[in-house]
Amino acid sequence: MLGLYRHGESVLHRLPAGSKLLGLVIAGTAIFLIANPFHIAGILVLVCVAYRIAGLDARTLIAQIRPALWLLALIFALQLWLNDWQAGALVTLRLSTLILLASLVTLTTQVSAMLAAMERGLAPLRHFGVDPSRVSLALSMALRFIPLIADVTAQVREAQKARGLERSVIAVAVPVILRLLKMADDIADAIDARS
Amino acid sequence: MIRLAGVSHQFDERPVLEDLDLALSERRIGVVGANGSGKSTFARLLNGLIVPSLGTVTVDGLDTADHGKAVRRKVGFIFQNPDNQIVYPIVKEDIAFGLKRLDLPRAEKEARIASVLTRFGLDGLSERSTQTLSGGQKQLLAIAGVMIMEPEVIVFDEPTTLLDLRNRNHVAQVIAGLDQPVITVSHDLDLVRDYDRVLVFDEGRILADDVPGPALARYVAAMS
Repeated sequence: MLGLYRHGESVLHRLPAGSKLLGLVIAGTAIFLIANPFHIAGILVLVCVAYRIAGLDARTLIAQIRPALWLLALIFALQLWLNDWQAGALVTLRLSTLILLASLVTLTTQVSAMLAAMERGLAPLRHFGVDPSRVSLALSMALRFIPLIADVTAQVREAQKARGLERSVIAVAVPVILRLLKMADDIADAIDARS
Repeated sequence: MIRLAGVSHQFDERPVLEDLDLALSERRIGVVGANGSGKSTFARLLNGLIVPSLGTVTVDGLDTADHGKAVRRKVGFIFQNPDNQIVYPIVKEDIAFGLKRLDLPRAEKEARIASVLTRFGLDGLSERSTQTLSGGQKQLLAIAGVMIMEPEVIVFDEPTTLLDLRNRNHVAQVIAGLDQPVITVSHDLDLVRDYDRVLVFDEGRILADDVPGPALARYVAAMS
């Protein structure tokens, strides 16, 4: 989600983030209610056209689906073995459409707009004791710190590799956990200091 | 004015600071000392992130033990590692973080954000992922995120330690240009050389409290 946004002026870029997220939820549900693979294929074509409308090229489109190809192939093979090729086509087409649609929303929506829309969308939960601003902060922090944790892990792995300990899970896990705990303390202090 | 009266602090019965009596009113105050001398604990006492085990710390008469939030509004704090201070994934969102709890009109919030972005040279980066910024840009963002709250005093805890020379010089210039009184904890002696006052810490006590020349000379002698 982070860093995927592509700047643009298309109608899809200009649509409110809340509408796009709502549209994604509705379309995602509808896709699983349609049982005809040809109809799903038609929707997939429409999604590809939407990429074009958003000013995104074929390379960008392929880049969204490529990481999931092995999983799609596995699911297709499993369905083929358990059911038939039509069932395999239906499931893989559904998932491909959903992945491309979700990526399209991400590619055309700034993270800040998406988080603000989520916060607004969660507002009714206030009646059940849920604070939408806290949920939004938690989501933001997850987006912020996932790459940072990956960086810390990479640094520790590199340091242990230099010591010939790259195969030791403990040699990597212990320093990573200690650094993350220290980081968590500092972040809590920073939030206190800034709010 | 920040006052420390009879302040001592300990972690798990290990004394970290002992018997400090200070009044901090100068425009630029530097804090130097060896690792583990109590500098960072001292800095955290100043905005109530840590409450002293003994004695009182007051900011404009407000005791940090009783008025932590109000004190933190007055005393901004910049951490050594900006990665631990930046909490939002997008530059503009992170700058706006502190404002969320203030009851300000949207237009004023937007104006403050735009002004801070420009002031710290971040306006071209407002929609960038914070993860993709350089170390210097991250430190500037951390400073901007605190400055937007318009604190009356700013405490820096080793603000240039993780920076290369160019970014170090840029951040030093930014700090020098701040209107507010600044208290800077640093190992970088050049950073505090033209300050009004320097406190030298040694094993939790004040070894020297003077203008930079004699204070830094005492520190260098103690470290030799």
